[in-house]
Amino acid sequence: MTPESIPRFAPGHRLREDAARGRWVVMGPERMFVPDETALEILRLVDGARSLAGIAGALAARFAAPEAEIAADVAALLEELRTKGVIQA
Amino acid sequence: MRPEPPLALLAELTHRCPLRCPYCSNPTQLTGAGEELDTATWARVFAEAAALGCLQVHLSGGEPMARRDLPALVRAAQGAGLYTNLITSGVLLDAPRLAELCAAGLDHVQLSVQDAAAAGGDRIGGYAGGHARKLTAAAVIRAAGLPLTLNAVVHRQNLDNLEQLIDLALDLGAGRLEVAHVQYYGWALANRAALLPSRAQLEAATAVVAAARRAHAGRLVIDYVVPDYHAARPKACMGGWGQRFLAVSPAGRILPCHAAESIPGLDYPRVQQTSLHAAWYASPAFARFRGTDWMPSPCRGCERAEIDWGGCRCQAQALLGDAAATDPACDRSPRHGLLADALAEAASAGQDFAYRQFSESNIRSDRIV
Ligand code: SF4
Ligand code: SF4
Repeated sequence: MTPESIPRFAPGHRLREDAARGRWVVMGPERMFVPDETALEILRLVDGARSLAGIAGALAARFAAPEAEIAADVAALLEELRTKGVIQA
Repeated sequence: MRPEPPLALLAELTHRCPLRCPYCSNPTQLTGAGEELDTATWARVFAEAAALGCLQVHLSGGEPMARRDLPALVRAAQGAGLYTNLITSGVLLDAPRLAELCAAGLDHVQLSVQDAAAAGGDRIGGYAGGHARKLTAAAVIRAAGLPLTLNAVVHRQNLDNLEQLIDLALDLGAGRLEVAHVQYYGWALANRAALLPSRAQLEAATAVVAAARRAHAGRLVIDYVVPDYHAARPKACMGGWGQRFLAVSPAGRILPCHAAESIPGLDYPRVQQTSLHAAWYASPAFARFRGTDWMPSPCRGCERAEIDWGGCRCQAQALLGDAAATDPACDRSPRHGLLADALAEAASAGQDFAYRQFSESNIRSDRIV
């Protein structure tokens, strides 16, 4: 993946609220991931339109954090989820 | 202590199925079409499941495609916010019917095969032409862009074809392959001598899985668990009785596991009278084997008590006639020797099956309604 790649959830995967347990989860075919706080903020911006750079930029602005650091976190998380088949780009 | 809410609902929509697998997990006393819950009742059950905390519904059977209202059921489950997984044999699935299910919001399909090729598959499933229809169904599912899991139930008569089953999963574009060993209660227990694999077969299969996982990493996920009859420790059946899942039978019984009706003396609530919430939190049947308080020796105080929860209650019932005993799959059970006896018996047994079928009384109840 490059900063220009546009990530989206792979077919059969989606982020949804798990209200009964007070958390958000990624539902997939007979599996489920529970993202931590940082991962959740990133995944909320995965909409099939924003690029990796766009996601990092939006988060850097919101949390007033250095964009390069955030871009590295975004790339690491989405790459990991891509190898697991949760994300496509 | 209040139990955690369940994660998933297993909705057994019907026991009707064109196939006759000799290891079918349906009860030996099958429910006829006339006793099945109607569309509106299932829709209410799905809403109750979502409100209770379920995230996913497995639409299962029997063959769920035998329900003509399946698109409406998918729509109701999807509308309730549940992730919808269709568990099908595929023989009734064609492009127009799948298009309806997709439009209704279906998320995923798990398609079963009985063997890697038609001759074995059709013989084991007891349905001529079934395997070819499954291949067509898989192509239709992938063409619709739906993620596909291939489910291969394995046993002595097809385990040697595991490499071909893995190739089939790859050819069909499945993202996941579930290699599920037969669980021996109900129909499968009656056919156990014809189905149990040998230790040598099992070791070869385990090596095949390990190699295939390495070779196809990132392309195919393979789920595989060593079967009870060759393991020293039992499985945490259903993640513990009444702890993670609930099932609803075609006639509306609310169960901790799809096989739980095999245990006598438990009064399972019915969706017609009891909400899923009340069944989960207040019914004696769900409380009966929940947690560790019910446990006998050697489970009581065992360091694995909260890992495997004493194993499978239905297996203890089926093999020992006592659902409250330690699962004999555990080598700490005084009755563990029964499993070795069964393996010895299977080693010299033939290959013939007693196929799943509706009993006379079932057929009659079908006709009345
Ligand atoms: S196991 Fe076989 S007979 Fe039983 S429901 Fe599934 S496909 Fe039908
Ligand atoms: S004794 Fe009971 S709790 Fe301990 S490992 Fe065996 S089945 Fe599990």
